[in-house]
Amino acid sequence: MAQSGPEKTYKEKLATGSFELQQCTGCKKHVFYPRVVCPHCGCDQLDWVKAKGVGTVYSTTIVRRKPDAGGDYNVALIDLAEGPRMMSRVVDLSPDDVKIGMAVKSRIAGSGEESLIEFIPA
Amino acid sequence: MSAPHSDRDLRGAVAIVGVGLAGCGEAPGWSETEIMAAAARHALADAGLNAQDVDGLVVASVNIFLSGLAIGEQLGIHPKFTDSTCVGGSSFVGHLMPAAMALQYGLCDVVLVTYGSNQRTGVGRAEGAKFKAILDPQPFEHPYKPFNPPTSYALASARHMHQYGTTREQLAEVAVAARGWAQLNPEAFSRDPLSVQDVLKSKMISDPLTVRDCCLVTDGGGAFVMVRADRARNFPKKPAYLLGVGAAHWHRQISSMPDLTVTAATESGARAYAMAGLSAKDVDVLALYDAFTINTILFLEDLGFCKKGEGGAFVSGGRIAPGGSLPVNTNGGGLSCVHPGMYGMFLIVEAVRQLRGETGARQVKNAEVALVHGNGGVLSSQITALLGTEATR
Repeated sequence: MAQSGPEKTYKEKLATGSFELQQCTGCKKHVFYPRVVCPHCGCDQLDWVKAKGVGTVYSTTIVRRKPDAGGDYNVALIDLAEGPRMMSRVVDLSPDDVKIGMAVKSRIAGSGEESLIEFIPA
Repeated sequence: MSAPHSDRDLRGAVAIVGVGLAGCGEAPGWSETEIMAAAARHALADAGLNAQDVDGLVVASVNIFLSGLAIGEQLGIHPKFTDSTCVGGSSFVGHLMPAAMALQYGLCDVVLVTYGSNQRTGVGRAEGAKFKAILDPQPFEHPYKPFNPPTSYALASARHMHQYGTTREQLAEVAVAARGWAQLNPEAFSRDPLSVQDVLKSKMISDPLTVRDCCLVTDGGGAFVMVRADRARNFPKKPAYLLGVGAAHWHRQISSMPDLTVTAATESGARAYAMAGLSAKDVDVLALYDAFTINTILFLEDLGFCKKGEGGAFVSGGRIAPGGSLPVNTNGGGLSCVHPGMYGMFLIVEAVRQLRGETGARQVKNAEVALVHGNGGVLSSQITALLGTEATR
């Protein structure tokens, strides 16, 4: 067994500033979220590869919150250039201005164990 | 190598002979197990049976870990067969499968399926959500604070609108139709008049869904009793036969759903229709799991009542409302009748009542075939069943 499972390994890499996806050695498809077995072909040999960090907004919503509860915020599904989809948020613009089809690029928010991928317009 | 039996062997092999509800709306001071027991008692009485006649017990719960054991103990049932599969709100439609198999293979003779929840007046949902986040984390979604389930369904709605031009007004038509049916159902929780404009002007929860695009949060329980078809006519009420059932799921989290405009109902429906030897045109009355207005549109498309992308136009002009050409969610649905956490049980109860012809002002004339479609998770688990009267067996 490896030192940690794929979820912890991903987070450890992200904490060092590296956004990585898995790539299946069998079918060559990219995989996100990180898993033990490739969901496309069943192979358990998955390599870690640097993410390109670019993608497209597949769908988007605004979660409505009162200003004193932090205000409205965006939640989006991003189709990564490598193929997999992930939930994230698009920031640096009003949630109203996040549109389906928008090109976006990733950055790491937070630090250490709290590191998180978010997106800004490309 | 082929299987020794076919799903077709189960067509018409078992029937629902008792249904019951309890505590729908608000049941302050009642525990989940007690609501389940009360619903079970009503369903058994409807079938002319006692708890001690039950030898197959099936139950699912949002909160109770050993729900099958708890309800067995509560009711004094010592079952030979138990199933507590939980796939979210679709569970009770799914339970038709193991219940039918257990009866057909003689593992037991009387199956009771029951559910109850005090979600509205009992333990706070906010506290429950905190515990779930610890015990069942979704580390690749939770950090972005989706307000689930609405946010996941909002993402599906937004994509459907983008891809097919579906409008917020069309989503609202689903809520208005459900309310129209609820106004004909004295047991429904929300019966005030509701217009498309009312839905649009309501509080936005997660765009494009307002609070009126979202299901109710109520207490309530329901139960049904199943036996083999050979003795189904010996019970007081008209039997509702299981003609077909099919299940499918492709994801748990919305970020893993392959295409947010196409649900696994495409597969579950096809399986149920094939087993029953029926198609959408044979269906007289529908019970679709309407946790959110987009559900009804997606399921009408995926179950063959209209083409993909045309669900918004299809539901417009009152087509699925009272007086429309296709009766959908005649009890008022999860949107206006009852929605205690997992709604699938209530789909079955309404379908059986329609097939018996005992639903009063909302009765669909000559209802012979009912389609029941359960949804669980976030458009995740999809389970379709076809129920029918004696004439359809």
